[in-house]
Parts: sequence; structure tokens; C-alpha cells
Amino acid sequence: MKLIIGSLQLGLLYGILALGIYISFRILSVPDLTTEGSFAFGLSVSAAVTAAGHPVLAIPAALAAGAAAGAVTGILQTAFMVHPILSGIITMSGLYSVNLLIMGGASNLSLVRTDTLFKILPSLSKQDAQTVLSLIACLLTLCLLILFFKTHIGMCIRAVGDNDEMVRASSINVDACKILAFCISNAVIALSGALIAQYQGYADISSSSGILVIGLASVIIGEALFGRRSVTIGFISAVVGSLIYRIIIALATKYSPLPAYMLKLVSAIIVALALSLPALRLRAAVRRQKRRNPDA
Amino acid sequence: MLDIKNAVKVFEQGTMIEHTALDHLSLHLDAGEFVTIVGSNGAGKSTLFNAICGSFFLNEGSIHLDGLNLTLRPEHQRAKHIGRVFQDPMRGTAPNMTIEENLSLAHSRSTARALSFAPSRKEKVLFRDRLAEFGMQLEDRMKTKVGLLSGGQRQVVTLLMCTIVTPKLLLLDEHTAALDPATAQKVMDITKQIVQENHLTTMMITHNMSSALTTGTRTLMMDSGRILFDISGETRSRMTVDDLLTMYSNSTNQTFDNDRMLLANTK
Repeated sequence: MKLIIGSLQLGLLYGILALGIYISFRILSVPDLTTEGSFAFGLSVSAAVTAAGHPVLAIPAALAAGAAAGAVTGILQTAFMVHPILSGIITMSGLYSVNLLIMGGASNLSLVRTDTLFKILPSLSKQDAQTVLSLIACLLTLCLLILFFKTHIGMCIRAVGDNDEMVRASSINVDACKILAFCISNAVIALSGALIAQYQGYADISSSSGILVIGLASVIIGEALFGRRSVTIGFISAVVGSLIYRIIIALATKYSPLPAYMLKLVSAIIVALALSLPALRLRAAVRRQKRRNPDA
Repeated sequence: MLDIKNAVKVFEQGTMIEHTALDHLSLHLDAGEFVTIVGSNGAGKSTLFNAICGSFFLNEGSIHLDGLNLTLRPEHQRAKHIGRVFQDPMRGTAPNMTIEENLSLAHSRSTARALSFAPSRKEKVLFRDRLAEFGMQLEDRMKTKVGLLSGGQRQVVTLLMCTIVTPKLLLLDEHTAALDPATAQKVMDITKQIVQENHLTTMMITHNMSSALTTGTRTLMMDSGRILFDISGETRSRMTVDDLLTMYSNSTNQTFDNDRMLLANTK
């Protein structure tokens, strides 16, 4: 039971990460490597501000930090026409130093003796506080994003990811839309990092490595269940995917002979397989065709 | 309405493959004129449209639209005043968005409020009424993703997107060329209907010479980045496709070279 509740809490908090990744990966159709940096950015900003005694203030601070990171990537990509993947890598690498700077030069920061959001809720046990807070945070983010992508500006962003040439021809500023989308995506990712830091009671800069693959795995698992339909369903499926991913991971660490450090390899293999599925299906279809029609 | 003065565009300037795509071209269009443009491959027809829309800036010359100097304006600012339909039905619409979302995207350029929900209830009614005018049953498929429509249906949606906010200039770049003959005729009829109802100033590139002479009010023949001749009024109404081809070979000492156009003539 404790295992299930723990993975649900993590699933919800990392679900926020999956929401952010869904924006760049599915709506803009750009795999955004800034993720690795902006997650750690949220993590370290949140830890530093919390350690200074402001666990609530840590959340808007992390959101702003993530948005700033997204803006850098977005501006590199649009105004300076740097390759989309490269601009993410550049921001991510730069952020590594920034994150160390924020945590005072150390690669981790403990919040054990500080008040975090999860400790300051009155009249709730620690575990209930964790469940309630992660649920509220995840649902609130989910609802706000669903509503946002139903507005005019949200629709423009979706159209930019779908056919940017057409958007250019309808007098909408494509570059501004892209930058805004990267800001929102990375702000949401940083929010996830910020909550994780307070939830765990410590911030470790290395916890962000491979985070993009974890988020992608959640998005893909969700899509396997719900299919690719509207953006609203996409967002919901990303959160559900994250919950399932966490349960799989919890069960795998408990019952499989693999040590915990193998998890990222397992995630990478899941994502690689899921992304290769369309090509594998195509090949299987060609092979079937050949067997049926040997003269072809 | 549209005033192009002495436009020059050179591609790959200073290299072995330097190529003058627009060669001191000047053109004036009055409001409400419907100009058809014909010309051989590489005559500069699409380049002229690209120059008007701002895909690149001119090397020399200027472009004014309704008193507004467009010469150095970025593409998305010009797009507010110009509607453009391409030959490829895939280019003008967002395939993974519904018909009403696509139309709303185009419509909102007049009323854009960033955080209002789109499409609004008012818009939905407007789009349904406008689509119903074309008799293609599109009004019953407002929530269908545009990617699932046929080429002709997509072109009609694109046409409506370009004209739902009346543009100062409508550019049609062989917009029926990728369609089968019956659909092409249908889309052309709808085009004429839209242009007439809104009194649009329109330029249409076409490979179909007879439709170039029968559609609109004026015909331009382009060659090597220049306007070879410009016919309207009585001269135009008496002209046949053969006259047009003879005029072309007389002024360039070449026969007309456009693969699609030859096919169109053998019909």
C-alpha cells in the first residue's frame, strides 16, 4: 500500500514534468533538451529559496526560472536560427553552472531541517499532506494548461507546431508563439523540479540527468493507452502515463533482480521501442505483403 | 491598390548560378481588378507573389499596397492584408486541427484577443453559414480534422480562411492545379463567387490559358522576370489561346515552354 501511494505521489509530481514535455514534444513537435537543465533549475532554485525560509515563494521563483530558461532556448531557435536540438543543449549546458551557483557551489542541498510545503500544511499527517499537495499541484497545472490551449493564443501555438508556414501566412508572429511555448513548457518542468526538491527534502543536481527520457516515456505510455487525439486528451494521458510509469518502476525495483541504477537504461529502451514502433509495423506489413505475393 | 515599382530580385548574387528572377518589373493594380497571370516555367510568377508576401526583400524597387509601403515589412505584418492560396492543398491549413479551429485562426487576425476562447460561439455560427454557401457539406463537418479532407475541400477551406477577413489583395498561386478537373472547376466557381461578393483585388497564376482569358478582367504574360504583355478590355475579350501563344513566340522568338500548359491545350 505504501508502495502504491508513494508511486502515485511521485507519478503526480513527475506528471507535471510530462505535461511540460508534452508541450514541446507533441504540440511544437520539437524534442526540447532544455528540459534536463530547467528541471534542475527548478530543483535548485526551489531548494535555495526554501532553505532561506520561503517554501511558498520557492514555487513562483522556480516557475520564473524555468520560463527564463525556455525563453533563452526559444530566442536562440527563432531570432538566431540555431538548430532546435542544439539550442536546447546549449541552454542545458549553461544551466549546469548556474544551478551549482544557486546551490552555493555544492551539488546537493539538504532541506531536512527546513520547513517545506509538505511540512507546513496544518492538521495533516506527512503522507496525507504529500498526497493532497501533489494531487492539487498536478490537477491545477493540468486544468490551467487544458484551458490555455483552448484560447486564441494557445490555438496559435498548436498551429505553429502543426504547420508553421500557414501560421506565418495568417499574420501571427510565429517566433513569438514558439518562444512563449518554450517558456510555458520549461516553467512547468521547473515547477515539477521545485516540488520534487521539497517533496524529497533534498536537491541533487544529478537527479535531472535522463529526465527527458523519463518524461517522454510517460507521454508515450499515455499515448499507447489513449491514442493521439485532441490536446486535452493528450495532457490527461501524459499524467496517466506518468502514474503508470512510476508504478512500473516501483514494482520493478521491488521485484526484479535489477539494481536501481539500471532504471534509466530500462526507460531508454522503453522509449526507443515505443518510438520505433511505427517503423517496425511498416516493415512487418511489407514482409506480410511479400509473403502473400511472391512475384512482387 | 497595388503598386510595384521597378522591382529587382537576384538570387545567389555573385555566384556562378546568379539568376535574375525579377527584372525591373513595374505593375499597378486598381482596386477590384482581377488579374490572371500566365508564363513559362521560371518566368518569375511565383517569385512575384513571394516578393509581394515578403518571403524575401527586393534588391531594388518598392511595393506599396493601398498606400502602405510594404517593401521592408516582415512577412507576418503583410499577411494581415494579403490572402494567399498555394497549389499544394497541404500548405494552407493545419492538418491536425479541426475546420473550425483553422477558420478561427484566420478570422481572429481581425479580432485577436489572446486569452479569449477560440473558436467563440459567434465564430462557429459565422463559419457554418459561410461554408454552407459553397454546397460542399463542409458545414456539417466543423469538428473534422482538416487532414482528413480531400484536396478540393482543403482548398475551399483555405480560400475561406484567406477571405473571411476581407484582404486588400488575394493571391492565387495555381490553386486548382493539383485537383482533378471536376473538382478544379468547382473550386474555380467558388473562387469567382468569393471574389465577386467581396469585390476583392485578385491576382491568379494559372497554367490554363483559356481560363486565364475567361476569368477576371486583365491578363499578364510574364517571361524572364518581366511582364511581356498586359492585356485587358476589348483586346482581351477577342483574344484566343492561339493568339496568346503567337504573341508570345513573336516577342521572345521561342515557343512556349510549360509542360503543364501544353497538356492543358491538347484537351
